[in-house]
Amino acid sequence: MTDTVSDDLPDTVWIEKTSWIDAMPRWLAMSLLFIAVVTLWDLVTRWGWVSPIILPSPAETLADLIFVGRNLITGDYMLGALWTTTKTVFFGFLIAASIGFLLGVLVGETKFGERAVMPYLVAIDTMPKVAFAPLFIAWLGFDIASKVALAAFIATFPIVVATAAGLYAASENERMLFKSMGATRMQTLLRLKLPTGLPYMFTGLKIAAVGVMAGAITGEFLGGGKGFGALIRQSASQMDTPRVFALILYLSLLGLLLYFTVVWAQRKFVFWNKDQRPGALG
Amino acid sequence: MTMAESQILPDSAAIPRSVYEISRLSKTYARNRLVALTDVNLTLREGEFVSVIGSSGCGKSTLLKIMSGLMPPTSGRVTLEGKPVTGTRADIGMMFQQATLLPWMTTIENIVLPIEIRQGKSAARAARARAQELLDLVGLGDFAHVYPGELSGGMAQRASICRMLITRPAVLLLDEPFSALDELTRDFMNMELQRICHETRATAFLVTHSLAEAVILSDRILVMKPRPGRIVEEVVIPLPRPRTLEMINTPEFGRIVAHIRDLLGKEAEQ
Repeated sequence: MTDTVSDDLPDTVWIEKTSWIDAMPRWLAMSLLFIAVVTLWDLVTRWGWVSPIILPSPAETLADLIFVGRNLITGDYMLGALWTTTKTVFFGFLIAASIGFLLGVLVGETKFGERAVMPYLVAIDTMPKVAFAPLFIAWLGFDIASKVALAAFIATFPIVVATAAGLYAASENERMLFKSMGATRMQTLLRLKLPTGLPYMFTGLKIAAVGVMAGAITGEFLGGGKGFGALIRQSASQMDTPRVFALILYLSLLGLLLYFTVVWAQRKFVFWNKDQRPGALG
Repeated sequence: MTMAESQILPDSAAIPRSVYEISRLSKTYARNRLVALTDVNLTLREGEFVSVIGSSGCGKSTLLKIMSGLMPPTSGRVTLEGKPVTGTRADIGMMFQQATLLPWMTTIENIVLPIEIRQGKSAARAARARAQELLDLVGLGDFAHVYPGELSGGMAQRASICRMLITRPAVLLLDEPFSALDELTRDFMNMELQRICHETRATAFLVTHSLAEAVILSDRILVMKPRPGRIVEEVVIPLPRPRTLEMINTPEFGRIVAHIRDLLGKEAEQ
């Protein structure tokens, strides 16, 4: 008499299958992968497949990690080396950010920069920049300055490109709005184009953070001095592979620190970018 | 001219003064010798709502850009409040398809931005009280200090109405302001726009390609045709004010829409 559906029938049940490997929480997945790699590494060295000079065992590496860590904590010579490299990275990054930003504004804001300066920048950027290291050493000596120069040189280009791209990012409507408000070129740059470009600039800074590390260490490999790079080269020449491994791990902490400082600054300054703040705006 | 008019028309006091005047306006793009506009004449009177409608490429966007001072005409006379329009001006209010609120500034900071750009920070601070009044007028009183990312599309466009009104412009130029909104919100916003224009006694000029929107809002509609862009007919909308959404269903509304569609349709067949 009515077309009401009978209540006796079962509910429609969806069964979604997820494999156990994808169902693992991050901490477990990361730990398992770590354990698997270290175990494999241990077996490879234990069974003598690889010479210990090429690949030291995990235990040896751990012992050296502890040794280097102790040396760093007690403020021995390794801390001094790390401090030298930190200074190189810091000043290199600062110089790259300043010059990269100014060149980026020149290229992104002026027709002259776009037409005349950019082609040369692209040409230099395609060169293997590490090849300039001997020049920097010849010009600036074996002290920290030549390493700072190489680090800054490598890190500048991504910032130029990102800054210029950021200045183009403002939409046609936004430009029209500023024009209709009678904004000067400087006002449009400061109040519209630079804030709009900030997310791009931070992307450039992140790429530069990686480049500046590579530049600093390469500089120290080639130019000697008192930095961490020199320590690594010295240990490598003595076939002290576990020490090289340990030093690289501590060095990577410096890179991580720089990288996440940039990420932190981006979250702080680009607070309106929803992609950077998932969940905050619902 | 005005002297002669007032002698001919005894009740000229009842006709509102003209605010925006355009005569013999033409625009030719030099690059491809495209005649975007030819012999455009129009007068906006105080408190009047005029729409221009036409298919894409009929020159309505070009007309609006010239009226807003963003683009120079090739020839003709363009005056607002008796002064020639030779660039963007504080007494021209503009609204775009997108709300274009800057996401790093709060709603109220966005609204006083035109004051800040033209007169500096202290003038902008002084204008905050008026900005708050405008926000109350559009029903956003509680949203002054939130960031635009937290506003819906309709709310963002209402905020951009406030930004347009903050400089007390003599004329409002509206470039399809609600075309990015969904239809229900759009109907609602059109009624809001009517109310706001009425309460602020605004003179408004709307570019749209929605027939219903043009008819429900306007006192007059200018129908434009392309190649070359020109005004082919002026349609006076006799519907009483205030307009309501129910009027859309009346036979008279239907007749007006049919008439304009007919005018536009002839073009499409050509």
